[in-house]
Amino acid sequence: MSVKSVKKTQYSKTERSERRTTWYFLIPSLAGVLLFFILPFIVIIYYSLIDNPIGHRFVFMDNFISILTNPAFQRAVTNTLMFSLIAVPLAVVLSLCLAVLLETNLPLRTQFRTIFITPMMVPVASVVLICQVIFHHNGALNELLKFLGLVPIDWFKSGYSQIVVVVLFLWKNIGYNMILFMAALSNIPVEILEYASIEGAGSFEKFFHIKLRYLSSSILFVTILSLINSFKVFREVYLLTGDYPFDSLYMLQHFMNNTFKNIDYQKLSTAAIIMCIVMIIIIGILFIIDNKVGKDIEE
Amino acid sequence: MIVIDKIKKHFRNFKHFIFVITSLSLLLFLAVLIITPIILTMSNSFMASSEISSNYGKIFSNVTSGSKSYIAETINLKIIPDLIDFGQYITVLIKSPQYLLKFWNSVILVVPIMVFQIVLALAAAYCFARFTGRIREMIFFTYIVLMLMPYQVTLVPNYLVSNWIGILNTRWSIILPGIFAPFSVFILTKYMRRIPSSMSEAAKIDGANELQIFAKVYVPLCKSTIYSVAILVFIDYWNMVEQPLILLSDSEMHPLSVFLSKINSGDVGLAFAVATIYMVPTLLVFLYSEDYLIEGIAYAGGIKG
Repeated sequence: MSVKSVKKTQYSKTERSERRTTWYFLIPSLAGVLLFFILPFIVIIYYSLIDNPIGHRFVFMDNFISILTNPAFQRAVTNTLMFSLIAVPLAVVLSLCLAVLLETNLPLRTQFRTIFITPMMVPVASVVLICQVIFHHNGALNELLKFLGLVPIDWFKSGYSQIVVVVLFLWKNIGYNMILFMAALSNIPVEILEYASIEGAGSFEKFFHIKLRYLSSSILFVTILSLINSFKVFREVYLLTGDYPFDSLYMLQHFMNNTFKNIDYQKLSTAAIIMCIVMIIIIGILFIIDNKVGKDIEE
Repeated sequence: MIVIDKIKKHFRNFKHFIFVITSLSLLLFLAVLIITPIILTMSNSFMASSEISSNYGKIFSNVTSGSKSYIAETINLKIIPDLIDFGQYITVLIKSPQYLLKFWNSVILVVPIMVFQIVLALAAAYCFARFTGRIREMIFFTYIVLMLMPYQVTLVPNYLVSNWIGILNTRWSIILPGIFAPFSVFILTKYMRRIPSSMSEAAKIDGANELQIFAKVYVPLCKSTIYSVAILVFIDYWNMVEQPLILLSDSEMHPLSVFLSKINSGDVGLAFAVATIYMVPTLLVFLYSEDYLIEGIAYAGGIKG
């Protein structure tokens, strides 16, 4: 008895020291994260609550109110949201369709997969030039429109400019989403699909009643990932149209860039915190859904 | 007859045949759309500058400033150049080294970030994966939230710190935050958590300490994941635009990704050559590692560990 209990305490003692040792592995990474992200973030919260870096007077919500009523910020938020509302559903549906198609045993499957992933590997900067040739006022697409007897469109300086960016976003992101969906599709137990076939289910029934149900958590995950990626679309807009784009392409990052140029710490901090709160809400929803849906299937 | 028999064997019935044909043509159409910009960029880089300016003169009107040259009335989007000409490449690679300098700017930013981010992430992931506990879970959760934050949020803290420690407008202001970015920690932790604890128990019986378990058991087992993480990190930073715009006010240090948008209006022909050179590394990496890449993305596919 006594020997056994002594052994047990000894074991947990070594385990405790092992656990302590593994913490050392985290130190370099954690130190950097604290220094470059967490600590300055606390300072940013402080900055967003004071009137200026010299006065240090607490003004609480004043900065938030002035940002939220700032017309430039409002336009940036509206444009970014508009873009996300168009681009994200398209990205999810298109990549899901592609994944489902490539799961069936069509010829040349792997070649198609490779082609659809390739844009992910190509820097946006490399294809911007061709985009300009295609979408320019005198560009190839307008030539085609003229040839078809339609009115040419100024793609960069009209209400249509968001379409160009949506196309570029889809081009870039569909491959990534498609891989996520393909991985999820291959995780569906084969027995269930076989059983459904025996019971006489067609491929459409199998898709809507079984596959979609198993994919539901992936669909939500891809949706939120695309949403997060859609906030990064500034890159494409900047490379296409530079610092001062057409009104409907003025994105959140443009607002931040201009604020960085004036080094207005209060404005910057407040805007960053507002976005951070929005992101945390989105991520929270992601986690809740991930938990619920995941459990649903395991049962 | 044999051919028809083969086709008959391949398709279950007429409906199936129609399905295959329509979906194949759909896929083919999409594939052509997707691959065209890449092919065009590459093929146009082999055009002589006179051909470029005659094809695209209407768009980039300042191409022909000064010199007299023929400008086509319409845009000519040609896949195959009239005459294959390496003039653009000779200019970019030999005559005007400023482009190569920008290329080097990209390399010098991306390679240290990639290497050190993975080294630090391996160690951090080991801590998260070897044992579980409340505090570990909380820190790991913080990493995930940080990973999902857009640049609009993370660049402000980065800027502040760079300003405090006086590295603003140097390459360190991009490299250091890049090294500590939590992306690879996330994927490596997810992978390491699948390593059965019996592996480390066996190593412990053989007398290995934690450092040895890490270096001799965990890291070798993660090899393929390390490749895929390295590729993903490489593409991400090779493509960067936001960070240099804000953290490097000196455009001499800007990577090629930012610089490319600025030469567009000037030397279009050169820009095609530079754009092609810029995508060659990532495409090469892709050709040799498509499976690793797919594996890595699939691992990122669920947020939970």
